Amino acid sequence: MIISNCRRIVGGTGEGKTLVTMQPINFLAMVNAKTGTITDSLHELHDKSLRGSVLILPYAIGSSVGAYAIYSLKEYGNAPSAVVCSKVDITTASGCALAEIPVVDLPDGTPISILKQGLKARVEADARRIVVEFS
Amino acid sequence: MELARDEEKALDGKYDEALASAYRILVAIGEATDAQKLVPVKWAHISGVNYNTIGDGGMRFLEKFSTTAKVAVKTTINPMGYDRSKPEDISPSFQERQENIASSYERMGATASFTCTPYEVFDLPQKGTAVSFAESNAAVFSNSLLGLKTNKESALSALASSVTGKTPLSDLRLEEARSPKISIETDFDFRTELDYGLLGYFAGKSVKDSCVALNSISGLDTIQAKALCAAIGTSGSCGMFTFGGKSKEKILFGKKEAQSVMDELSTADDADIITLGSPQLGMNELGLLAKLTEFKKFTKRCIVFCSRAIYNDAIKIGLASKIEKSGADFRCDSCTCLTPYVTKDKYDAVITNSVKGAYYLSKSNKVKVALKDIKTIAEEYTQ
Repeated sequence: MIISNCRRIVGGTGEGKTLVTMQPINFLAMVNAKTGTITDSLHELHDKSLRGSVLILPYAIGSSVGAYAIYSLKEYGNAPSAVVCSKVDITTASGCALAEIPVVDLPDGTPISILKQGLKARVEADARRIVVEFS
Repeated sequence: MELARDEEKALDGKYDEALASAYRILVAIGEATDAQKLVPVKWAHISGVNYNTIGDGGMRFLEKFSTTAKVAVKTTINPMGYDRSKPEDISPSFQERQENIASSYERMGATASFTCTPYEVFDLPQKGTAVSFAESNAAVFSNSLLGLKTNKESALSALASSVTGKTPLSDLRLEEARSPKISIETDFDFRTELDYGLLGYFAGKSVKDSCVALNSISGLDTIQAKALCAAIGTSGSCGMFTFGGKSKEKILFGKKEAQSVMDELSTADDADIITLGSPQLGMNELGLLAKLTEFKKFTKRCIVFCSRAIYNDAIKIGLASKIEKSGADFRCDSCTCLTPYVTKDKYDAVITNSVKGAYYLSKSNKVKVALKDIKTIAEEYTQ
């Protein structure tokens, strides 16, 4: 499957297994940069590792400092390979820009649920598309 | 987004890597918010100063960034983790890392303000002035009550604006986003600053837009306004409110909604320590605290967080000593949020009047919280 006409937020290409959540993420309060895992027991990705994933989320919430948490994930080698949002926020955009993690927004009206968990995917931000389950 | 030639060159790294990374951040935010161009800002206020918020990764980044980056506009910074004049209880390794972060900001040329209430410490620019405030309570306060224009910035977007003097022209910087499309109808007998905090948290959580109208609210005093703005900024992406406004969609805030916020954030009935100050207390609040505790002593440890500038003013007029007589203890340059003064191994729970403080104490410091308004705190815990 190819999802085209995405919005390019941070350029580049990244690939990995899809890690999909319908719940927003608070990168400051819910993520441990040193382990790369989601620490909030109430979040549906609790205990899941972000490392090397294609992270698909609605958007980030919470503190303005969350951008540093994204950068720290990269510093510790635990960052996602690429990020896909339904509507990207300033925290995700700025954190990923500094960490050089490719980011795209899904085209308007495309639900997150179109992407399934654990599939091989490649985000080609400059080509504004996501290629899923390629070989 | 269109860049000017000079901006394009900076983005390509023709000047230096720090400036290039700042432009990368601005371009990403510009793309995210559909901006057409960059516009100048007059003042940047940066978050990400407390070591507990940015950690080693952030510390190392700033150390490198500040070797070449210099502020291009007036730049002030958020509270750090501790009060240098009262380092007891703070581990040497925390102090060392905190000082490393503070010196990086100072090397860049930022003013070592260590305040989350820059609007109470510095002279204010004219209405309509474009600023870039990463501290969310300051962003909401400035947009809603001072007529300044800022988005609800991230720590990195305000840093990028500080060294470039620019920001993408989008969202709350445009008139369209400053007209609310959703309003909160209030059916509630607001009595205390805590009540306004509950409303703010509910509004921020319920509204995904950048601006919300609050109906039937008027005559806020500074203490109530700060509580409201801080809470709006904590729970969502909203960066501004208006007093009333025509909007199609309406959401009700009544007793039930207030109680649901209390149920979420107030997780204890009592505790062994009181913290006041998120946002840091201003002169009004210190005056009130002195009045409420006159001739009385706190029965529990009480920490009062405020900026060094406000503390110095309070000393001059004898206000600081009045409060200290009640047994309350000042901590300057720091704040309740992610404070290393309150750790889980020392305290199970904390009493505070701050909804924002309650959120971070519970999520980040992992302690329980008893939320009470300042008058109730003074009544129950002094004699």
